[in-house]
Amino acid sequence: MTTVTTRPSLDEIRGWLGDVPDPEVPAVSVMDLGIVRDVQWSGDELVVAITPTYSGCPATSVIAFDIETALRQRGIENLRIERRLSPPWTTDWVTEEGKRRLEAYGIAPPAEEAGGPSPFERLLRKPLVIACPRCKSENTRRISEFGSTPCKAQYQCHDCLEPFDYFKCI
Amino acid sequence: MSDQAALFEYLLRLGDNALILGHRLSEWCGHSPALEEDLALSNVALDLIGQTQLWLNLAGDVEGRGRDADKLAYLRDARDFRNVLLVEQPNGDFAATMARQFYFDAWHYLLLRELTGSKDSRIAEIAAKGLKEVTYHLERSREWVLRLGDGTEESHERMQTALDDLWMYTGELFETDEVDQAMIRSGMGPDLSTLHEPWLGLMHATAEEATLTLPQPGWAQRGGKRGMHSEHLGYILADLQFLQRAYPNATW
Repeated sequence: MTTVTTRPSLDEIRGWLGDVPDPEVPAVSVMDLGIVRDVQWSGDELVVAITPTYSGCPATSVIAFDIETALRQRGIENLRIERRLSPPWTTDWVTEEGKRRLEAYGIAPPAEEAGGPSPFERLLRKPLVIACPRCKSENTRRISEFGSTPCKAQYQCHDCLEPFDYFKCI
Repeated sequence: MSDQAALFEYLLRLGDNALILGHRLSEWCGHSPALEEDLALSNVALDLIGQTQLWLNLAGDVEGRGRDADKLAYLRDARDFRNVLLVEQPNGDFAATMARQFYFDAWHYLLLRELTGSKDSRIAEIAAKGLKEVTYHLERSREWVLRLGDGTEESHERMQTALDDLWMYTGELFETDEVDQAMIRSGMGPDLSTLHEPWLGLMHATAEEATLTLPQPGWAQRGGKRGMHSEHLGYILADLQFLQRAYPNATW
């Protein structure tokens, strides 16, 4: 006879969190973006650790609320959302699926690994070539280092002429 | 001064620099020369206000008197603010805002990079988070110094004027006092004077590329770190703190 447990498995919970969209980039989930750092049972309490993408990201509290709402709807009553600052969030944690979804949504995904050259070095090198997420042309230019949110930069494609967001590396 | 008191002072400096510059930048919201710049300035402001929350909440914890970031931001008067004079200087024209930003970003970057090695893991964690953001701030403000310096006759003139006018507020960034000494002794913070050389190197390289002339070292205006501010800070606080002063404990 197997033991009957009413507690959902961690994989199941991660699956549910995979359906919680990021409030500012709803094409990707909070799992795709690597915002959820850990899901653990601590006794009867479920502890979900999340990390902010940027210090001032106003979406962080909305994300915590959305996660809580989603888990409560699944019947988890005893839960705690923990904010974790270290190690700091990096675009390297965006999953391959997340990158694919970003591009399909019209946002160019991060183009290199984070933590490369320091700014003092980076200042002196040529800017990255970012391909247009719509027509794939590499004939693009950066309009601004900051886009509609702190995590994105603004680009424009010279071929299809569309402006687009680039999810920049951090 | 006890180690705890020194640490509290030090954290106020870090938090207040970010808060006051973040507020200054937020004043541009809706007034920038282009939509992209409006977004960018607001985003940099947002990063800085986010860092403020982290630093000032930690300061409140260290102080142990029940003050959090909001209480420290909204309920202190000018003499209790510990930001450097540079960040409270008026926005001026776009060139002045960018010159102020470039001077500050380069220093901020170097400081946070050192603080990631702080013996206090709480400081190291916040610094590591902030450093990623400040990297973009620096890249952007440097590009504007280049673009305006090596731009039209008028943009060149305005950027040169901005660099000249703000120069006297940069000396304070590299001075160490008893608070900094206490941080150096405990391995929590760097010797600020060691940041001067790399900072100056970037300033010279950038000025040259931008066809600008970097001012000569000279008399430095100082006092912000000890609470002696220019008249500008009071006006900033009048705006920043109005709601909490008029309606104490208001929340939303």
